[in-house]
Amino acid sequence: MSGPIHIRSDETFTLNVGPQHPATHGVLRVKMEMDGEYIVKAETVLGYIHRMHELMGENRTYPQVLPNLSRLDYLGAMGYTHAHVLAIERAASIEVPERAEYIRVLMVELNRISSHLFWFGAFVMDLGGFTPLMYAIEDREHILDLMEAVTGSRLTYCYFRFGGLYNDVDDDFINATRAVIPRLRKSLKKYDALVTGNIIFRKRLEGIGPISAEMCRKYGATGPVARGAGLDFDVRKNEPYSVYSEFDFDIPVYHECDSLARYNVRMDEMEQSLRIIEQALDKLPEGPIMPKKKPKLIKPPKGDYYQAVETARGSFGIRIVSDGTKNAYRFKLRSPTYSNMSLFDEACEGMMIMDALAMMGSLDLVIPEIDR
Amino acid sequence: MIKDTIKQAFLDLLPDPEPIIEEPVVEAAANDTAEDGKKKKAVKKEEPPRVNGVLECDHAAHGYDIDVQLEPGELLAAVMILDKNDFFLESITGVDWIKEKQLESVYDFSRYDFDQCRVVIRTRTPRDNPNIPTISKIYPGANWHERETHDFFGIKFEGHPHLIPLLLPEDADFHPLLKDFKP
Amino acid sequence: MDLTIFNAVIAVVIAIAFAAANAAYLVLAERRGAGRIQRRPGPNVNLFGLLQPPADGIKLMTKQLMIPGGADKALFMVAPVLAMAPAIMSFVTIPFSNTIVAHSMNVGVLMIFAFASFGGMAILLAGWGSRNKYGVMAAVRAVSQNISYEVPMLITVITIVMMTGTMNLHEIASLQSGGFWNWNIFPVSMSDGFMLQPLMPISFLIFFICSLAETNRAPFDLGEAESELVAGFHTEYGSMGFGLFFMGEYANIVIGASLITILFLGGWGCPFGLYPGVWWFLLKIYLLIFSFIWIRWTFPRTTIYGLLNLSWKILIPISLFNLLLTAGLLKVF
Repeated sequence: MSGPIHIRSDETFTLNVGPQHPATHGVLRVKMEMDGEYIVKAETVLGYIHRMHELMGENRTYPQVLPNLSRLDYLGAMGYTHAHVLAIERAASIEVPERAEYIRVLMVELNRISSHLFWFGAFVMDLGGFTPLMYAIEDREHILDLMEAVTGSRLTYCYFRFGGLYNDVDDDFINATRAVIPRLRKSLKKYDALVTGNIIFRKRLEGIGPISAEMCRKYGATGPVARGAGLDFDVRKNEPYSVYSEFDFDIPVYHECDSLARYNVRMDEMEQSLRIIEQALDKLPEGPIMPKKKPKLIKPPKGDYYQAVETARGSFGIRIVSDGTKNAYRFKLRSPTYSNMSLFDEACEGMMIMDALAMMGSLDLVIPEIDR
Repeated sequence: MIKDTIKQAFLDLLPDPEPIIEEPVVEAAANDTAEDGKKKKAVKKEEPPRVNGVLECDHAAHGYDIDVQLEPGELLAAVMILDKNDFFLESITGVDWIKEKQLESVYDFSRYDFDQCRVVIRTRTPRDNPNIPTISKIYPGANWHERETHDFFGIKFEGHPHLIPLLLPEDADFHPLLKDFKP
Repeated sequence: MDLTIFNAVIAVVIAIAFAAANAAYLVLAERRGAGRIQRRPGPNVNLFGLLQPPADGIKLMTKQLMIPGGADKALFMVAPVLAMAPAIMSFVTIPFSNTIVAHSMNVGVLMIFAFASFGGMAILLAGWGSRNKYGVMAAVRAVSQNISYEVPMLITVITIVMMTGTMNLHEIASLQSGGFWNWNIFPVSMSDGFMLQPLMPISFLIFFICSLAETNRAPFDLGEAESELVAGFHTEYGSMGFGLFFMGEYANIVIGASLITILFLGGWGCPFGLYPGVWWFLLKIYLLIFSFIWIRWTFPRTTIYGLLNLSWKILIPISLFNLLLTAGLLKVF
């Protein structure tokens, strides 16, 4: 595991990037052995915000664990709770009414956009441009307001229920969402003009931080990181869950493998999510949001169940090993950023620190989700 | 179909394919029938420790396609097959089967293309001396997953380059996901 | 204008007052400007936020001065002073109008550059003295940046000096009086007889970029790149040590804007030759400072190698070519 090192001298020093560092957006620590500005070797140290969600998953009943899932990733919490309800519905064979499925997709995609918007702002801030963050947060605020009206919370949603939803959407929400879509489209154009075409921005990302398709495969990277490496992989398409197979949307794929490709993937994904939202609003069927018959106590039959979903950061998986009781025997969370981050140690060898941190930003890290 | 290729490769790999094919057919049939829950439970209760072998699973019911259980010694060869067929490593985790005095290590593999096939490899090791060869030489991404599994279950991955606690504090000498763990 | 002790003291006091007031209120201007650019109000309570700078000052001055363990105390203490003092000294020779100048010197340009190179020194001492790895890395960056950008800046200044035939800032500004067509930024210069120098706008651009880089402003603020090096060379500084760095930065911005104004934009001259005076000078420097602020809140940060490449591969060759061209043209006309 040695990358190209441009200058090699005998004198190196250890630089602790983190646990409190502006670029790590949380309590991540990377122990870097530096040769001047070049990284000779990096070792990521995790666990500063480890909360043992997996043990909590074993100690609590299935509905009790549901709020825990949204504490994994505070930016895209909806996708994580979606994985949990899907896994339980798969295990306990609970039917979900169609309206609930559509609203779920709607919410998950809204959440995906809000997560990507925040990432966009934070990423440009990593590169030293502060202003886009303010614009992105302003747009995100509209989405959060929409979701707050229906789900009751702004970040750590607990909106999905096994078999359905906690609350139905009303006409106000639908009209407001329809109004927000053109606004977001306009904003995306503005970001494109303001940031994507900026020469300094492009020079900092083009060809920087290469993560090849082979490296993605060896480390299990998913989500925009894999799609930026030319891998056409999105759980929503490859392994459709919920009602995703009924929507017409594209998976943006870029083959450049650099930080700019990962940036472009996310920016295009927001547009695709808007398309899904539009279709979901058009197709939204009438009907109940909870199934008619649903077991009072969720006791999945003995067995081993896996459910993967595509969250804003990549493929998130839940493995539930059930022993037939109301608690899980084993509750495994496969978080996407954990795998995405694990390739950082190898990828950043021989890079300059500023490029490495730009690459770290392009991985879209949410630390509580890595540490779980 | 990659699923058939992989299944065949695993059947070739495992030394005694004869009893294995019998088991999975019964199991798969049980899965396919409508009242899957009770019947499967009944099937499983008769014979608690699963016999090593290849099992084809219903994706809709379980979320994966092929379920392989093998001896720790056969692990590397099995992972090599997946590596050759462009699978990526989703995750590694453990399960503590305390009644059977065994620790199970579970490897999830998946593919990037539309020929969807999720493969689960399980291997069991005695609880008092859990030793499993590392696959981090084949998949460097397994490095962290194995460290995490070592944190939580105490499974020792032989040949792992850096088996120190990752998520737990660096001086942690406990394994919280073991069923007899008392905080 | 004889330089007596009394004159010098008055000049320095006025310079300090001007620099400090500018620094304090430019911070406010920067924050208000940033707020406007980012669609938020910025500091706006109490008379449009006019009480914000004194409040900041009181806060900084009442904080405890922390010296990190193991730091080189002498260097640590002297670095902020070194950041602030040369900036103030430079004000002495800047002519604000035909009559307002503390001390008009024959080598005014040279003096300003001599003091300006102290800025790099201050950063180096701060980074090294605070015993912080981020500080040291930032110091190394800042020094290489300062060195690289002094070269094209000085070459450009030499071009001006060749054209005007003097290093006295007062004379350089006087030669451009009469109207905007006389300014050095425009290709046709009639200040010293007719002369056509087609590359002068590019010289202006080079000088502008260099003054951004010399004052460590975004997008060239690599010395304090907060997303990489935490806060760069002033990571370990709190209270007034930080305050001095901050004021030094803004004083340097004022100096940079003043220099651009004097060298390229006609100093205190009116664009149409009417009512020349200090108000034109102030208008020009604040317009330039506003553009500095505007740039800072619009662009992301460059990389260190991008920065050095820009200087050594683009700015220096162009400015050298410009120098040669000017020399040739001076012979022709």
